Amino acid sequence: MIDQFLIPVLKIAIVLNATLVAVSYMVLLERKVIAWAQSRLGPMRVGPYGVLQPIADALKLMIKEDITPVRADRWVFTAAPIISMVPALIIYAVIPFGPKVHFFGREVSFYITDINVGLLYVVSVASVGVYGIILAGYASNSKYPLLSSLRASAQLISYEVAVTLTLVSVVLLTGYVDAGGNPVTGTLSMVGIVNSQYDQKIWFVFYQPVAFVLVLIGGLAETNRAPFDLPEAEQELTGGFHTEYSGMRFALFFLAEYANIIVVSSVVTTLFLGGWLPPFPNTPALHVLYYIPSWVWFFVKSFLFLYLFVWIRATLPRYRYDQLMRLGWKFLIPLAIVNLLATGLVKVLVQ
Amino acid sequence: MAQAIAFYFVAACILGFAVLVISTKDTVHSVLFLVLDFLFVAALYVLMNAEFLAVIQVLVYAGGIVVLYLFVVMLVNLKRPPEAHQDPHRLSRTGPFLAAAVLLELGAIAVMGGEAGAPPAAAAAASPFCAAMTGNTEQVGCLLYTSYLIPFEIASMLLLVAMVGAIVLAKREL
Repeated sequence: MIDQFLIPVLKIAIVLNATLVAVSYMVLLERKVIAWAQSRLGPMRVGPYGVLQPIADALKLMIKEDITPVRADRWVFTAAPIISMVPALIIYAVIPFGPKVHFFGREVSFYITDINVGLLYVVSVASVGVYGIILAGYASNSKYPLLSSLRASAQLISYEVAVTLTLVSVVLLTGYVDAGGNPVTGTLSMVGIVNSQYDQKIWFVFYQPVAFVLVLIGGLAETNRAPFDLPEAEQELTGGFHTEYSGMRFALFFLAEYANIIVVSSVVTTLFLGGWLPPFPNTPALHVLYYIPSWVWFFVKSFLFLYLFVWIRATLPRYRYDQLMRLGWKFLIPLAIVNLLATGLVKVLVQ
Repeated sequence: MAQAIAFYFVAACILGFAVLVISTKDTVHSVLFLVLDFLFVAALYVLMNAEFLAVIQVLVYAGGIVVLYLFVVMLVNLKRPPEAHQDPHRLSRTGPFLAAAVLLELGAIAVMGGEAGAPPAAAAAASPFCAAMTGNTEQVGCLLYTSYLIPFEIASMLLLVAMVGAIVLAKREL
């Protein structure tokens, strides 16, 4: 009874709440880091060094008036923010924050579930997230949001191809021949991918540096982040696909964007940086690193990516739309295919 | 018991959304109901322990193909119904015959197709090597690249030809 219902429900509640808090503090992190990059202080008024700013923001957004444009498609307009938020949250179901541990005599795992098709689940749920953006633009019944949502969804679909192709080359690595000469079947399970890095004693970033960079670039593009934040190009499109939204509905889009950034960071950490594993896992000489709890490793690595994303936003200018499409279709996708073929070739030659 | 309840709930949702797809006036809403329908079909696959198929269903149909549908529907302004939709009853004579034909075919499959569980058994007989594998994805992959390699390759060739054809049609001069 406890194992079947209570613990999963508790885990879901903890992960969900932790995610929402992390998302709101991600906003603060972004404002602070960008402020430092521009020699400003950033939010300072609410609480010491502005640490309570996210709570004040949330309160403000919740009590603001919620306007639905008269000519908007009312049902779709209401559903769109929810559709973009939900996929961003349910991806956390398969992200492993740590291995199984014994806790008060019970085996508890640091992930909600470990499904056989974990990585595919991430990709497919993320692909459903596009609907939120398309529908927001359509339902607003307004020119700029529609243009913005078309841009955003074209961008998402294009980069999804490159990212998914690249992920295949990582999955290929999970199948290998172990020291005893026994073949090990590859896996799509997120826990399985981390365990495979443990068994092979290496983070996959060292085997797949090209794929790592490709997934990072694709992840930036899929989350509509700078330098790929064309859907929100103020000069051209006023506010982007959520121009007509206000109050809590606008906040949902905003939170979904940051939740997606955290998802990308966690997935990249899991696939390339060994998830909860310390550097050079399973090496006896470095066993001392295991005294640091697994989830600390995971969060430190994910945080590095979050910081990197903000840093990139503060540094790089925005792409032009044709440059963005050219980069996606003529550079990233061919590179992903070449990388996939090369991975397969090397694997066959090594065996 | 719980499985049966889940099945009937999901099946009812699939049918309900399917009816909404064809009865809604607004084309965009119709496409959205189609997405919901596909998601519930994926749920049906999950109930059958075919999680690989379920995820692919969401990825390819709900997340890929219907997004393109939605693009088309949104961009050709359908606020005014097209000419063909002026008379909603123009197919009301052929419709029942088509429905009866499909019902007959499904009934024939249900009666003569044998018990459920036949396909996995057949697949296992075709390749005992794959049957030994654990996990849905591994078995699908193993069967695709051993017993069903040639159909698989032909299908991918077909898709490639379709893609080249579409590009040639769209861009007359390259």
